[in-house]
Amino acid sequence: MTYILKPQLHHPKLATNNLGFTRRDYEGSVSTLCAGCGHDSISSAIIQAVFELELPPHRIAKLSGIGCSSKTPDYFLGASHGFNTVHGRMPSVLTGANLANKDLIYLGVSGDGDSASIGLGQFAHAVRRGVNMLYIVENNGVYGLTKGQFSATSDKGSKSKKGVVNHDAGIDLVGVALQLGATFVGRSFSGDKDQLVPLIKAGLAHKGAAFIDVISPCVQFNNHVGSTKSFDYVREHNEAVNRLDVIPPRAPIHVDYAPGETVMVTQHDGSILSLHKLAELYDPSDRAQALGFLQSKQAKGEIVTGLLYVDPQAGDLHEALDTVDTPLNALAGDALTPGSTALAKINAGLR
Amino acid sequence: MQRTSAWTPDYFHKVVDCQFACPAHTPVPEYIRLIADGRYSDAYMVNWQSNVFPGILGRTCDRPCEPACRRGRVEEEPVAICRLKRVAADNKDDVSARMPAPAAKTNGKRVAMVGAGPASLTVARDLAPLGYEITIFDGDAKAGGMIRSQIPRFRLPEEVIDEEVGYITGLGMNLRLGERIDSLKALLTEGYDAVFIGSGAPRGRDLDIPGREEARANIHIGIDWLSSVSFGHIAKIGKRVIVLGGGNTAMDCCRTSRRLGGEDVKVIVRSGYEEMKASPWEKEDAVHEDIPIINFRVPKAFTHEGGKLTGVTFEVVEAQYDDKGRRRLVASGAPDEHYECDAVLVAVGQENAFPWIERDLGLEFDEWDVPNVDPITMRGGIPNVFFGGDAAFGPKNIIWAVAHGHDAAISIDRFCKGEDVADRPPPEFSLISQKMGIHEWSYDNDIANDRRYRVPLREKAVALKNVKMEVELGFDRETGYKEAERCLNCDVQTVFADNLCIECDACEDICPVDCITFTKETDEADLRTRLKAPALNLTQDLYVSGALKTGRVMVKDEDVCLHCGLCAERCPTGAWDMQRFTLEMTHAGAACQSR
Repeated sequence: MTYILKPQLHHPKLATNNLGFTRRDYEGSVSTLCAGCGHDSISSAIIQAVFELELPPHRIAKLSGIGCSSKTPDYFLGASHGFNTVHGRMPSVLTGANLANKDLIYLGVSGDGDSASIGLGQFAHAVRRGVNMLYIVENNGVYGLTKGQFSATSDKGSKSKKGVVNHDAGIDLVGVALQLGATFVGRSFSGDKDQLVPLIKAGLAHKGAAFIDVISPCVQFNNHVGSTKSFDYVREHNEAVNRLDVIPPRAPIHVDYAPGETVMVTQHDGSILSLHKLAELYDPSDRAQALGFLQSKQAKGEIVTGLLYVDPQAGDLHEALDTVDTPLNALAGDALTPGSTALAKINAGLR
Repeated sequence: MQRTSAWTPDYFHKVVDCQFACPAHTPVPEYIRLIADGRYSDAYMVNWQSNVFPGILGRTCDRPCEPACRRGRVEEEPVAICRLKRVAADNKDDVSARMPAPAAKTNGKRVAMVGAGPASLTVARDLAPLGYEITIFDGDAKAGGMIRSQIPRFRLPEEVIDEEVGYITGLGMNLRLGERIDSLKALLTEGYDAVFIGSGAPRGRDLDIPGREEARANIHIGIDWLSSVSFGHIAKIGKRVIVLGGGNTAMDCCRTSRRLGGEDVKVIVRSGYEEMKASPWEKEDAVHEDIPIINFRVPKAFTHEGGKLTGVTFEVVEAQYDDKGRRRLVASGAPDEHYECDAVLVAVGQENAFPWIERDLGLEFDEWDVPNVDPITMRGGIPNVFFGGDAAFGPKNIIWAVAHGHDAAISIDRFCKGEDVADRPPPEFSLISQKMGIHEWSYDNDIANDRRYRVPLREKAVALKNVKMEVELGFDRETGYKEAERCLNCDVQTVFADNLCIECDACEDICPVDCITFTKETDEADLRTRLKAPALNLTQDLYVSGALKTGRVMVKDEDVCLHCGLCAERCPTGAWDMQRFTLEMTHAGAACQSR
């Protein structure tokens, strides 16, 4: 960790967005994670994405559980709402918060332990209910805080820092999310911000359950030869299916690629996802094909990254429950407790 | 773009903007750290080694370091480097024991110096401890040259001059004061092994316009007048004074006038206020003393009545720029203006003058009487005659005179030993890691947010009563500490070892000023546009690594690096390290022998 605060002085030409904020205004406190941690790069990508989306910090709620990854919300969006839940319970708290105030933008930040071990059940249900959120798993495949045991996402056959071989099958959270009905699924790598930042932007703008699995090497305990989550391994086996550009609503559209190579997807908020195909025949609107593609590549030891699936017209939990337009926490007392006359009316309707 | 080499001093020296800009290459961040540490004597000696006159320069330097200071590029104002130097000088203990001892025995070589100003004194300081027998000639009664004769006492007290000139004359030399050399030819026949000419640019330019002759009793040449004030020959001036000119001498003239009875003192200058030659702070000081500066007025005539000056008539002009951006002053069409006054001080420039150098000796002079001098060896057209200070290239300032002096001393030393004067041994340098612990450095890497502190001044009503009373009070120790903490320690360099880098991006993410980018290698012009923050300041270099594992390179724009060391703190593999760069300038003596 670092003992000094990040200096306030910044580049004299630092850009501001239309809200008048610089990228530095979206920062949090200085990271206490180990030097070189992939999670810090993800924090930095989140800062960049929110800056580019020009979101007011007070409209964002960041929630996390326990673990190295779940510490990170302290290191970005210092002026946003935050909630550090107990281990693995972030999806439930996020669901509750979202039900109470659907006007905020929800960002869940979790790790492989928090989401694939203790919180797997919570994760599954938040996703299948279609809670409107972006759920990021900072996946390093190792229990770093407890000094390097295999986690639930460690690949079978990968080696620990001490040379022990993992005999358990790893959970592929992308596959799980696809099966559970997530309507936006992506995978990326902490060391590739060009890919990660647009994915986060698109995920934040997506209506419904958006999930991004970000492979984030643990420099202390999982960056050695034999690890499948090291910088070198991920760089060598990274198989990106597409390059994403997020075009804000009403912005002019410029696409450099030849027609046929690019798919344009309009999201619910009017933003356009311009997807430049890298893998031939990969169609991010086909859930079943995505699952098959993932599994065949995984069998070859390749790590598929990019925007893997998106349903731009997806709905969310509030739509399913048909809640009122006003967020529940903003309803006044008489709307929440309409009184005995209204109760009598409802009761009458049920007789 | 080519990979940056850390094995020559050139690259890292340039990163230390202040030191690079200083003609004498004073290690500024080094002495500022010593001041912050309360080690004033050490700070003083670091300065003394480089610039010879820390107490004098701490009050009067032209401060080329401050416009160069990196702090001025990340916030409004640079570190008050010059006045920190004074903090060291004001608060030091007795340093006489730390001065070099006079040479135990002579080396048999005799060197004559013409003029006892900063250039000659620097040469004398460098050479005397080596055993040279030095003789200094000066027409004035005391050593110091323009430091003593032209800088007013309210800016530079006499004790400071006496002390610092004394450190040099105490090294043992033959001072022949009150002896003006009026023939170089004669001097050359006296058998000196080398002659150094540091006689300054002593001639104040006059203004040949109508009325000059008739009103001559009340019109004075600025530098001559200042010198007469300094030596006590003049103690008062008329109530209404006009100073003509826009340089630092004009500022000294007007402020001195205010202290000698001038109540209505004006500076009237040809150019615009912004283009005036005077340093911005000297203009501010004049304005602070209620001296209006009236610009775009060209003097046309002195008016007089019965042999007495009555005023000056000016043509009102305006600036016009041609398509190449060159400025021309043209008549504005407004009617001429007349300003009444009792005295005029003409401070419109000074020039070299060598009436005492015969033109058949082999030295060449240009049309302005500036000698033809080699800018590196400081040698003129005769093998054993060297120049320095204003005498060499026309009017500059003290710190340049010091730099010239060091160079001339090297030349004289090599010449007297029969070595090639043109062969200049390079400076020594070192880069030493400052790492003390996992996240601990031997320097204070926490960046202070303080804005520049103002130097306190003596109350105006009191200050204007006495021409000898110092007007600036200097920083006290506490403010000096706070100002010192503003220094970014640019000499503690970010050094990158590309074989250790795992490209985790931690440094790129943490850098508070977006200096670092990992990107595809191309040529410099292209690279500069593709960095995290475009590198538009072309005077600042890019630090480029060799190819990394992914084929990319690390590119760091030095422009606004805070030297906070966060890149090194966040680096998991120690690929970044903070290393202190020291540059040992070559001075005369053992170091200047061929290596």
